[in-house]
Amino acid sequence: MENADGVRSPYRSVADWIEETGTELLTRRREEAEAIFRKIGITFAVYGEGGDPERLIPFDLIPRVFSASEWSVLENGIRQRARALNAFLYDIYHRGEIIKAGIVPAPLVYQNAAYLPQMVGFSPPGRVYSQIVGIDIVRTGPDKFQVLEDNCRTPSGVSYMLENREIMTRMFPDIFTGGPVRSVDHYPDELLRTLMEVAPAACTGEPTVVLLTPGSLNSAYYEHSFLADLMGIELVEPKDLFVDDARVWMRTTHGPKQVDVIYRRIDDDYLDPLTFRPDSLLGIPGLFDAYRAGYVNICSAPGAGVADDKAIYIYVPEMIRFYLREEPILENIQTFQCGRKDECKYVLENIDDLVVKEVHGSGGYGMLIGPKSTKAEIEAYRQRILADPGNFIAQPTLNLSTAPTLHEREISGRHVDFRPFCLVGKTIRLVPGGLTRVALQPGSLVVNSSQGGGVKDTWVLRE
Amino acid sequence: MLSRAAANLFWLGRFIERAEATARMISMGQRMSILPGTQGQSEWTSIMMATGTQLPEGRPVTEADIVSGLILDPQNPSAIQSCLARARENGRAVRTALTQEMWESLNEDWRYLEVMDTQTARQQLGSIMDWVRKRTAVFRGAVETAMLRNEGYNFLRLGGSIERADMTLRLLNVKYYLLLPETEVVGGGRDHHQWMSMLHAVSGLRAYHQYYDGDYASWNIADFLLLNQTFPRSVAFSYHQLDMALSGLEKSHGGSHDCQRTARDELARLNRLDINAIFDDGLHEFIDDQIIKTARISREVSNAYYF
Repeated sequence: MENADGVRSPYRSVADWIEETGTELLTRRREEAEAIFRKIGITFAVYGEGGDPERLIPFDLIPRVFSASEWSVLENGIRQRARALNAFLYDIYHRGEIIKAGIVPAPLVYQNAAYLPQMVGFSPPGRVYSQIVGIDIVRTGPDKFQVLEDNCRTPSGVSYMLENREIMTRMFPDIFTGGPVRSVDHYPDELLRTLMEVAPAACTGEPTVVLLTPGSLNSAYYEHSFLADLMGIELVEPKDLFVDDARVWMRTTHGPKQVDVIYRRIDDDYLDPLTFRPDSLLGIPGLFDAYRAGYVNICSAPGAGVADDKAIYIYVPEMIRFYLREEPILENIQTFQCGRKDECKYVLENIDDLVVKEVHGSGGYGMLIGPKSTKAEIEAYRQRILADPGNFIAQPTLNLSTAPTLHEREISGRHVDFRPFCLVGKTIRLVPGGLTRVALQPGSLVVNSSQGGGVKDTWVLRE
Repeated sequence: MLSRAAANLFWLGRFIERAEATARMISMGQRMSILPGTQGQSEWTSIMMATGTQLPEGRPVTEADIVSGLILDPQNPSAIQSCLARARENGRAVRTALTQEMWESLNEDWRYLEVMDTQTARQQLGSIMDWVRKRTAVFRGAVETAMLRNEGYNFLRLGGSIERADMTLRLLNVKYYLLLPETEVVGGGRDHHQWMSMLHAVSGLRAYHQYYDGDYASWNIADFLLLNQTFPRSVAFSYHQLDMALSGLEKSHGGSHDCQRTARDELARLNRLDINAIFDDGLHEFIDDQIIKTARISREVSNAYYF
């Protein structure tokens, strides 16, 4: 938040605003905001934690701010990364040039659990595999942004971007009227346009787009219904769809209606029991055949998850150079692969200072934060690494930037990260904003909502 | 629209209506049982029977049974807590078809009854019944003022009017199951009090006055609740609403089904019927037959619209 001369310049207007408003009013407003969240039912269930299945994500009223010049760097970097990830996915399901060139090791791709042999040789419309790319970014120094991880399957959280802004506008209307903050509320239109652009060639009229959800028990169900509503499309569950004559239909009160594009928010495993999980009763039998026959598009494409694997992550800067012949704008975080002998040795020796993660894990589960762990926890984790080194990577604990956050009526710095949502159709679209997650515990580095993190509004300022 | 969404709206309409009607029925039981000399149990027993709720074995039904079985039981589909939870579940599954205010009215305080124990609920019985009536009224208000008059609205209204017809019929059945003590005569003080309680339960006392001018004969009250064409909780009126919702669907779908024909025939029959003829053939038989016909329309609706 601060630099040598006090408040970092993009925050100047926010600092003035905080001063004018006063923490008393801010605290009161936060309570109002939580009441609104509860009332409209934006809740988040956490798997396996028990307790309230519809609990709220804590909302912090003080926004995260990016200046126009910071955003311009971020934007170019995000777009570049989204292009490279899609090029990579096309490549690994076709000729595998990047593997032949010796840049990415073959086993990391072909033995990856997310790799689907059924996708080999098939080209989805526009050669786009990941239509919505969520990239988790942290700031590690002045004008220095680094990527923590990529999300190429079904990144969630965009409803918070929209709702946080909505709440802020309700609470503090004055700041937004003619103010310096760029708007984000066209995201649903951009998303729908993107999905329509990737309709299969067989679809000649206006494409029928649906959002496929596992159902109302899913932790992100609120977001699914929220997005479907804003896009004006049907929110369907697997049982609402069926396949006949290699075409996908939804059951309506008028009889069957053909579906052209499925924005799916369910995992590959549960798409089509005939193709992926013969033991599963979930999914839509025959869906994958309809997909390969070119009568429906599935967004993101089955098998797109290879690109956001933590072991593949290491190679993204190389991908950018290989496919785009550009220098990466956003850096990766230095990452040690425990699968490599020398790096594993380093990790085990320096585990006290590192963050260790499982390669296929997500959501902040199963990770070890060296500096914050007890001796016993570290020892137990060390045993897990030794048992299966290839399953772990490690990163230095970063000097993460902090953002001002309201905590028990005091404003203090908390660690934050940022997830923008990049849309890839015939063109690439990026709404100026994203989801800022904040670690609410003092000193904590974990921002995942499943681990007690909170959210804030993100302001991208005009010139 | 999606067939599943149509089903969700239909059942949302039914469960909201059922929650309210059950609350009214419980208020009625309370009013009936405060008359001096009442044993109490028989009023509660007949309400349990009318809602199709399992009776406790080998002992009389108490107010505590009503509270735990018809208000707080999460399993009994007639219990208010479960009606409200199911209404919310159905609403949650079709959030995109609801207006913000409809959803808020389903979501606000939805755990109020879930966390309540029998003891507390007994102490606050009256205010809980008021709370249920207010909640359902707020939901209906939100529907009335902001929901598009489209297909979804017709499914919601259809569910609501089918359930209302059914629950008014069941309300009348309470009186049938309620045996008068041997010392009482039909048309006597207790009998009169029970019929009056019924009008109270449907908030129809004043409306009834307008038609029958203080003559509280049982056949008039039955006529009012079954055949009156202007009282919103009467069976005939509910059938009129149900027929309008089905006509709306017929128009938007460009075709009719069995459910439209059955509803139209039934409405015409109710409008022709005379209460004396019903009493001659047996009021209870008529009611049971009409409950079955109402259930048949519900079934025909789900066949016609693929749910």
